[in-house]
Amino acid sequence: MKILRITTLLFVFAALSATVSAQCKGFAKKSCQPELGGYTHDGNYHAAVLVEGEEAELYKTFYADMEYRVAICGADNLPNVEFRILDANKNVLYSSKDSKSKTWDFRLQSSQQLKLVVKVTSFNAPGDTPASGCVSIMFGFKVK
Amino acid sequence: MNSKFITKPIILSAMILIIAILAAGCKDGKKAGTDTTKIDLKTEDLQILDDIKQAEKIFKSLPSPLESAMLIKSAGARFDKSYLNPVENTSNYTTNKTMALNLGIYTCDLSFASLYDQTQIIINYMNAAKKMAEGLGILDFIDQETIEKLEENINNTDIIMEIVSETFLNSNSFLEDNDQTEIATIVLVGGWIEGLYIATQLVDMKEFDNNKLVTTVVDQKLSIGILFDLLKDNAGHPSIDELMTQLDGLYKVFDKINLTSTPISTEVDKTTNVTILKSEVTTDMTRATFEELKAKVSEIRNSFIK
Repeated sequence: MKILRITTLLFVFAALSATVSAQCKGFAKKSCQPELGGYTHDGNYHAAVLVEGEEAELYKTFYADMEYRVAICGADNLPNVEFRILDANKNVLYSSKDSKSKTWDFRLQSSQQLKLVVKVTSFNAPGDTPASGCVSIMFGFKVK
Repeated sequence: MNSKFITKPIILSAMILIIAILAAGCKDGKKAGTDTTKIDLKTEDLQILDDIKQAEKIFKSLPSPLESAMLIKSAGARFDKSYLNPVENTSNYTTNKTMALNLGIYTCDLSFASLYDQTQIIINYMNAAKKMAEGLGILDFIDQETIEKLEENINNTDIIMEIVSETFLNSNSFLEDNDQTEIATIVLVGGWIEGLYIATQLVDMKEFDNNKLVTTVVDQKLSIGILFDLLKDNAGHPSIDELMTQLDGLYKVFDKINLTSTPISTEVDKTTNVTILKSEVTTDMTRATFEELKAKVSEIRNSFIK
C-alpha cells in the first residue's frame, strides 16, 4: 500500500504540473509581458511550474550596446519570487531580495554571459501541500 | 526558446507511476477507477516531495532572431536583401528538421527586414515563416487579426517588432509546452546561425579593425557554449545529433578566439535607475580567424537552406 500511496501522490503532483504548465504561456503573456514596459520583448519563452522553495537557473549572453529589462513573475498563489544575477565568477551583481522588485534594468559596457537564479520563497507552513504555479522569466531590450 | 528546462519531477513521477501501476495491477487485479485511495500526507511522503522540490530547472537562452537582427543593426550594418534565404525555397523544406531550421532562419530574416522598413519583404518573410510554422503543426503562430494589424502598420517599426516577437513567442512556447523541445532547439539554432551568417557577410574587410560588427560576431563565442548545452540536452534525437556534428567545426573555430574580461563592477545611473555593468573585454581575433569563421558559418548556413 505504501508504494500505491506514494504513486498516487506523485501522480497528483505530475498531473497538476502538466495542467499548470499548459497555462504558463498565457500567464507569461498576460501577467509578465506588460512588466517589460517600453522594452521590446525578445520573443523567447522561459516559463515553468515551480513549487515553493524551488530554484531555477537561466544562462544568457547579454550584449554591449543594448539596454535590458529582466522581468520575473510568479503566479498569484505562490509566495514571493526572488531573483539574483551573477557573473561568470559567481559574484552577485543584483538581488531582488530587499526590494522585492519584479524587474531590473541594466546595460553593459562589454558583452557578458550572466546567470540568473530564481527562487520561489516559502510560506513556511509545515504540513500543508506546497504551493506550485507558473514562474515566467522575460527579457526586453532596446538599443542604447 | 528560447530555451530549455529539465522536468525531472515529471519524468521521475511518470517512471514510478508506470512501475507502480504495473505492480498494483499484478497484485490485486482491480480495474482502474474502481479503487479508491485516500491521500494521506505522511512525513516520509513529504520527504519525497521535498526531494522533488529540490530538482533543478535550467534554462539556456540563445539570442532570439529579433535580438540577433537588432545586434546587427546596432553595429551600423546596412540592409542587403541578397543575404536572406529566398522565400521561393519554402517548398524545399518538407522534414521537421528543415522546417524548424528555416522557421528560425526566416524569422531572423523577417526581423532584419523589419528593422530597415522593408515593407514588401516583411510580408513575404512573415508568410514564409508562417508556412514553416504550419508545417510543424504550430497553428497559433499568427492569427488573422495579427496579419491585418501587420498590414495596417507596415511602416511602424515598433509594432512590426512587437508582432515578430509575439509570433516567435507563440511558436517556441507551443513547442516547449508540447514537449517538442528538440524542435524548439532546432528553431533557435537556425535563427542564431542566420544572424551570424548575415553579420559575417556584412563585415567590410577593408575596415576590419575596430569594426563593431566584428565585435558582435566575436561576442557570439559567449553563446556557442549555451547552444551546445541546449543540443546536448536533446542528444539522441537524430536531427540534434546531426546538428552537433555539423556545428562542431564552428565550435572549434570559436575556440581559437580568446576573450578576456576584467571583473564586472556595477554603477546605477540615478536619473534612469538603470544599472551599468562595467567591464573591459579584449580579444585576439585575427583577420585569418575571422575569414575561417565566416567560411564555416557560410558552409553550415548554406547546408541549412538547401
